[in-house]
Amino acid sequence: MKRGGLLLLVLPSVVYLLVMFVYPFAYGVFLSLHPAKGAAGASLANYLAFFGDPWQLRTIAVTASLAVPNTIVTVVLALTVAYAMRRGIWAERTITALLVLPIALGTVLVAEGINGFYGPKGWLNQGLQAAGLGDPPRLTHNYTGVMIALFVQHFPFCFLMLLGYISGIDPALEASARVLGARPWVVFRRVMWPLIAPGAAIAFALVFVMNFGVFPSAVLVGQPAGATRTIAIAAYQQAFEHCDMSMASAIAVVMGLCQLLGLAIVVGLRGRLAATGVATVGAGKR
Amino acid sequence: MIGRLRFRLSKHFGAKNVLDDFALEVRGGEFVTFLGPSGCGKSTALNLLAGLLAPSAGEIWLDDQRLDPLPPERRGFGMVFQNYALFPHLSVFDNVAFGLDVRRVSRAEVDERVRRMLALVKLEGFEARYPAQLSGGQQQRVAIARALVIEPRVLLLDEPLSNLDAKLRLEMRAEIKRLHQGLGLTSIYVTHDQAEALSLSDRIVVMREGRVMQVGAPADIHDRPRNLFVADFVGYRNVIPLTVTARGADDRVTAEGAGLALSGRCEAAAGAAVLAAVRPEDLRLTDDARGPSVARGTVRLVEYQGREYDVEVALESGVVLKARLPTAPKVGSVVALALDSARVVLLPPEGAA
Repeated sequence: MKRGGLLLLVLPSVVYLLVMFVYPFAYGVFLSLHPAKGAAGASLANYLAFFGDPWQLRTIAVTASLAVPNTIVTVVLALTVAYAMRRGIWAERTITALLVLPIALGTVLVAEGINGFYGPKGWLNQGLQAAGLGDPPRLTHNYTGVMIALFVQHFPFCFLMLLGYISGIDPALEASARVLGARPWVVFRRVMWPLIAPGAAIAFALVFVMNFGVFPSAVLVGQPAGATRTIAIAAYQQAFEHCDMSMASAIAVVMGLCQLLGLAIVVGLRGRLAATGVATVGAGKR
Repeated sequence: MIGRLRFRLSKHFGAKNVLDDFALEVRGGEFVTFLGPSGCGKSTALNLLAGLLAPSAGEIWLDDQRLDPLPPERRGFGMVFQNYALFPHLSVFDNVAFGLDVRRVSRAEVDERVRRMLALVKLEGFEARYPAQLSGGQQQRVAIARALVIEPRVLLLDEPLSNLDAKLRLEMRAEIKRLHQGLGLTSIYVTHDQAEALSLSDRIVVMREGRVMQVGAPADIHDRPRNLFVADFVGYRNVIPLTVTARGADDRVTAEGAGLALSGRCEAAAGAAVLAAVRPEDLRLTDDARGPSVARGTVRLVEYQGREYDVEVALESGVVLKARLPTAPKVGSVVALALDSARVVLLPPEGAA
């Protein structure tokens, strides 16, 4: 009786998951296995076509060349800044609010801003020219533009996540390590980093997944026909330019597998940390 | 190891004076307690000594070395925190070894010293456990071992017993005293618990709002508080306003009021107001209702405390006395309470001190 009641409580979310996530996902996989052209029945033709076409296959490398370095830079910088701010700083609320702004504004507006500031006729280049520094570098509609856009979007997210994680660590741990004779760098390496690492791994995984799915930025401030033709663009083109939903689904599945691979690597590294006893106890007070 | 510590420290946050020119000299091997309510500056003082806070003004000297310009890791102190602050990702062994590892002590020596220290705090066999797998008392022992294994010149303890239950607190209190004496440490202990301060210390510094109210041996503080704040803090729960009526040599005065006439020592002129502070334990029931140090009143409240009773008696003058008595008078009955004149403390009124 009581168990039945509990199961009923779970039902709405199960239905929601089935309808909104499991079904579309399964349908996508199903679609990808049933090419638009050719015989009825399941076939791997779409996947073979994707991996057989260098122009398509290249999107994986292009996406990874954006996602991996950007994730590393974002997490390392966010970690550095969050660690420096762990005991609070002057005007912390204002700075935090400014950092949240890019998340609130959305991708398109941020891309517009980047074009306005870093673009060929943007403030930065006009400023450089006015200062007589001449021949400004090209920072938008290429690889660099997308890197800047991804960083601006994902740094605040990563930073806030890590700041919450780090400031949850009992300050007395750091104090006791100092009194016991550890210099600040030793405190970080031997006490703080082991406690931060599980949180940093999660932040890394999330930023990587978001980076790997990059689409609007790659179009708006990138070079969607060449240097920043990411895997999401390839899927979009199949779906809405070639009207081949089946092929688009196959590409989307490949993208998902790449993201899962990234997650698996991070989780594996985290597991190695856990083996030394790090992740077995959470951060925070004791 | 001499470990004579001298300091004079001030700390303010903005306009707020947290510690106002706090000066003290601690002898090597001495156990000194900073006692006071929360916000009195005792923990701030300890953090300044440890180097975890920077003083607004002042100096710290240990023997012939000036310490206040040094960061905490170069002061060579041991510190025990209220919440133990054990490293959750390190085993008991590695927690205790931490201070030796960062000093690059050889592996064999670390092993030997950690094991000896764990034996001293009775935690042999717990080396491989993690802090989360230990009880509060065991965690506290690890914290103490971790602070002591580096052979600190001074041991700082910040309310180390306040997270333990009552029984464990008594055990650990004895343990701390044993370690302090056995190892010949110089210790500074911060607490708001007068019983801890009295039982552990060679000397107590009673603090209030960043100022020292009284410094003295436990018996001094307990029997001869110098002002109302200290008296109240160490258990003088009755305060009777009196007026000085006669003054003899050597500050001996007689003071009257509330139907009582008490004599004692006080620097007060004839006619001045004084306060008589009396412990509940120093009142007893008497059949002889006459005499200058006997108060008559009506019993208002009786609370059984196990073995003894806390009794509230309202005097005719309106003053309410709290007494601790071995027998329970009837509520509503009229009783006579004798004050032990030798144990009554006469104090200047609050604000005059």
